[in-house]
Amino acid sequence: MDKSVDVTTFALDNAENGYKDIERRLKYETELDKDFKEKIAEIAHGEKLYSCIQCGTCSATCPVSHYMDYTPRKIIQMVREGFKEDVLKSATVWLCASCYSCSVECPKGIKITDVMYALKREAIITGHYPKHFPTPVLANNFFKQVLKHGRSSEGPLLLKMYLKTNPLMLFKNMKLGFNLWKMGRLSLKTEKIKNKGNLNKLLGGIEKATGTVRKEAAVN
Amino acid sequence: MFTNLWEEGQLFMSNTYGSTLRIGFYVCHCGHNIASLVDVVDVQKYVAALPGVVVSRDYKYMCSDPGQELIQTDIKEYKLNRIVVASCSPLLHEHTFRVAAEKAGLNPYFFHMVNIRENVSWVHDDRAAATEKAKDLARAAIQRVFFHKPLETKTVPVNPAVLIVGGGISGIHAALTIANAGKHVYLVEREPTIGGHMAMFDKTFPTLDCAACILTPKMSAIKSHPNITLWTYSEVEKVDGFVGNYKVTVKRKPRYVIEELCVGCMDCIEACIYKEAKYPDEFNLGLSKRKPIYIPFPQATPQVVLFDPETCIDFKSHRCKKTCIEACDRNAIDLKQTEKFEEIEVGTVILSTGFKTFDPKLSPQYGYGKFPNVYTSLEIERLVNASGPTSGEVITRDGKSPKSVGIIHCVGSRDEKTNKWCSRVCCMYSLKLAHLIKEHTDAEVYNFYIDMRTPGKGYEEFYDKLMNEGVHFIRGRVAEVTDWAIVPEEENRLTIRVEDTLIGVVRRIPVDMIVLSVGLEPREDASEVRRLFNISCSTEGFFLERHPKLAPVSTFTDGIFIAGACQGPKDIPDSVAQAGAAAAEALSLISAGNIELEPNTAKIIEQYCSGCKSCVPLCPYSAISFKEDVKKAFINEALCKGCGTCVAACPSGSIIQNLFEDEQIFSEIDGLLKFAGIGLKESDTARKEVEHV
Amino acid sequence: MKYLYYPGCSLKCTGRSYEESLLAVFKVLGIDYVELDDWNCCGATAYMAVDETKAFAIASRNLALAEQQFKNENEINIIAPCSACYMVLLKTQNFLAQNETELKKIKYALKESGLNYEGKVKIRHPLDVLVNDFGINAITKAVKHPLKGIRAASYYGCQTVRPYATFDDARDPSTMDKIVKAIGAEPVDWPLKTRCCGASLTGTVEQVGLPLCHSILYEAIKKRADVIITSCPLCQFNLECYQTKINKKYNQDLHIGVIYFTQLLGLALGILPPELGMNRLFVKPESVYKSVGGGAAIYV
Repeated sequence: MDKSVDVTTFALDNAENGYKDIERRLKYETELDKDFKEKIAEIAHGEKLYSCIQCGTCSATCPVSHYMDYTPRKIIQMVREGFKEDVLKSATVWLCASCYSCSVECPKGIKITDVMYALKREAIITGHYPKHFPTPVLANNFFKQVLKHGRSSEGPLLLKMYLKTNPLMLFKNMKLGFNLWKMGRLSLKTEKIKNKGNLNKLLGGIEKATGTVRKEAAVN
Repeated sequence: MFTNLWEEGQLFMSNTYGSTLRIGFYVCHCGHNIASLVDVVDVQKYVAALPGVVVSRDYKYMCSDPGQELIQTDIKEYKLNRIVVASCSPLLHEHTFRVAAEKAGLNPYFFHMVNIRENVSWVHDDRAAATEKAKDLARAAIQRVFFHKPLETKTVPVNPAVLIVGGGISGIHAALTIANAGKHVYLVEREPTIGGHMAMFDKTFPTLDCAACILTPKMSAIKSHPNITLWTYSEVEKVDGFVGNYKVTVKRKPRYVIEELCVGCMDCIEACIYKEAKYPDEFNLGLSKRKPIYIPFPQATPQVVLFDPETCIDFKSHRCKKTCIEACDRNAIDLKQTEKFEEIEVGTVILSTGFKTFDPKLSPQYGYGKFPNVYTSLEIERLVNASGPTSGEVITRDGKSPKSVGIIHCVGSRDEKTNKWCSRVCCMYSLKLAHLIKEHTDAEVYNFYIDMRTPGKGYEEFYDKLMNEGVHFIRGRVAEVTDWAIVPEEENRLTIRVEDTLIGVVRRIPVDMIVLSVGLEPREDASEVRRLFNISCSTEGFFLERHPKLAPVSTFTDGIFIAGACQGPKDIPDSVAQAGAAAAEALSLISAGNIELEPNTAKIIEQYCSGCKSCVPLCPYSAISFKEDVKKAFINEALCKGCGTCVAACPSGSIIQNLFEDEQIFSEIDGLLKFAGIGLKESDTARKEVEHV
Repeated sequence: MKYLYYPGCSLKCTGRSYEESLLAVFKVLGIDYVELDDWNCCGATAYMAVDETKAFAIASRNLALAEQQFKNENEINIIAPCSACYMVLLKTQNFLAQNETELKKIKYALKESGLNYEGKVKIRHPLDVLVNDFGINAITKAVKHPLKGIRAASYYGCQTVRPYATFDDARDPSTMDKIVKAIGAEPVDWPLKTRCCGASLTGTVEQVGLPLCHSILYEAIKKRADVIITSCPLCQFNLECYQTKINKKYNQDLHIGVIYFTQLLGLALGILPPELGMNRLFVKPESVYKSVGGGAAIYV
């Protein structure tokens, strides 16, 4: 379906005049996923999503909500109403810094941070996550690193993330990195646990117990 | 003489009431409530085949008039002497069917009720199993009524005096209603004056009547009414007795002033050696000061001063010059006064003990107690009040007139961490305060609400009026009140962080004064009062009504009624309406003059009682006394509630309880356990007539 | 009582001086500990975003290792100084206690790797251990150089007190201030004690993270703090290492030492700055060194 109206039809140069694309905001019931709320409630472990009274405490207490495309409150309502694609494609979940303010302040006891985690996982599984946004890339690389070595190594991790998302950032932060290295606060060495076999058995056990092997292919 | 044998041959019982056992059984469909899950026709047919059953029928609504008539006709036509109805809870219709049986000439206690709705159809989902369970319960009841005996209900007279606890607007209204009906009222109030919270308010919503103007005439009416005994600064200490006949002990705390002599001239206050008032004034919530001898507010009722022994020098050091005593030309001051106990007898009680406001310190994100310019709504009521600490001028604790005021709704309410409930009155009183603040200061006023609840006569119109007065309405629950200033306008002010949910944007709004619209909660000692009067509290701690819709001012203890915010948050119109209802309930009992007592009481078989006294302390209603002369226990039937505690506890088995006698219960259990192979042998004298209606 | 010490990845790298100062303080106060053998990463916040069951599994491996290492103890106290580790381990424990099916899966996987988890582990933050086990009075007694005149702004960040910690209030924590008072310094009353520093966003999405760090630094200086003390390696990193960048972005000259609370405590206990890892700092807390006097003054 046609999602937006071409602003040029109004004979206005939208870049020069600072107009945004005019977006269609109408939602048809057929565009919604009615099972989405149950799915998210389940993977967020019976979260009390349904009890949300849309008071906005979460958005107001969130330190980064003013950068989000949808405030946390809106995300909850969109999940409940089945706005699956909009939610999973939104940058909101990837801006959540896991500060847990919303979970502590929510008057209905909704663990909103855990809902955000559930949405992050779902966005990765369904491939809706923003591929070049740094946070999902960092999360994925962190995951792979710990899966492989049992520990995270901040130096190599950041290096990889900057290369994959914004190599310019790497250049900009070069001096800080060098100074940190000089002070003994950063190393490019990879940290590992001794008994890697033990960790592999554990992760293998989880795969057997859950009956699923995560598709590494989905993760870049 | 009817006899029957247990199949196992262990028990041999005879029935001495009525020559032949003739049972009528009725199973109710309750519309679809029962019939949707229980095969009632199957139950009807099954019971029809049981011994002793003469008539078995199923019917759509047994409680309806035709349903009752069915029973009455059958009693006459088939000479039935036992009735069993399988339907809803006895709480709802036991009385209905007993009355129906009685009208047809049967002793009402030959009737028994089986609950196959709450206990079967509403709690199961397997139709076959539910039907079986209904049959089991019905069979048990059939076997139970074999042993039922006719019982007589006793009546006791109702004392026409009424005790009302709590002198807020509810208590005042109930007291005047009853006193005007010519009955005597004892009004007991804990504080030194009546008036309650309403006396603290400035105006009342939505009409903006002056609270004092409409309340104080009622307060004076209480004081001068010949049928009202007013005891302020007093508390109920002990309650004995039962409906119609309560004995109550009231503790009257010492004011150190003889109430009958004091005329409230306040010369003593003037004469106090403290020239300056220096102690926080309770009535003004600490926003002003009082002396150790004081009167709560100018229109206090009674108009009598009192001493605060905590702050009076003479109580601490005994070295005061006692200028107050010298100043009193009526010799009304008595520093040696002690607490007094009054014993009264009343027939009914109305509890109107009110509420307390939520302590906002439990929601630290709003900074109450930390930032001086954060107020509770009740403090603002005093602040905008012409007779308040600032004579109605709205100035902050640091002496400034606010340019901008934020009113935060739902403080402590609708929150799992504090109170889950909506306090009902806060939206409306917040609107009222917004109006008054605007009127007094011309400040920008912001209302932060989650949902605007204005369901009442003229309430929505009041909301509309406020919107047109230019008050800001921001839909969002405030996350935090902070002194963290980001932009220059926020410096040295309080900033509110909130999502304007209707726009979807987080806003920071700097204000000079914050009003916390605190919710209503039960009083701290509600559970002690509950125990004192033997009533129940709901989970949140408010007094529990007998039925939320049909008995809203009654409790599970006969003769004890509740009115006002002690039952749940409510505004003045609703409190007054409830007070009127409670007064009517009390007057209805008084008017009837007598009360029928349930005959399911316990009694002692004197020849078996060994006088061990085990039962005496166990009785929760203090109904058991010990007769020293004969060394036997004695049960006051009027006090006994039939709880069965003593029956179970008696080591010699010498207490029996009407309607719960051993043979009745054993027979019922036997009926229930029929699947286990124990059952009745068919009675050859019982003629069965099975009909399906 | 002997504690198990779980350093976590950060304390071996960017947060090295947290480990150095913590262990130096433990040594001086005589708090007995041993490092958890072959511990692995707690999973932090990033792991949870990818695979929840595995995140809980790797975190619970640490708890199981603790039970293996202290197998004769009925209650094992494990100290997790890093906020993220502390929170993740508590979260794992809470989750497993409430979710029986997940517990079964995790127990099965642990068994596959020869481990077992019975729930005997108590997860402790060093603030909790110092104030509630060792005691404020004992700390006061051990102070050699009271930090007279120093105004320290306690900064807890998020995960030390939110959402699982029980040793302090999630909205208005006070444990660090107790230590500040015990060592003779003055706690700063300021509104951003638990305001987020942006965590990994400061490194990944600078336009979101840097303003958060800026407001924290700005507010602390405005409230006349001499130093910010923290209990989180990521908070310390963000608030200290990005100061130059923040000043450039906002065209300001904010300059304030951001150190671990263990470093401030260590100085008061008479430990020299290098032994507390303070030689690794970019922004030296000069006023603090001056206040300590003696040996520390030469590091100004």
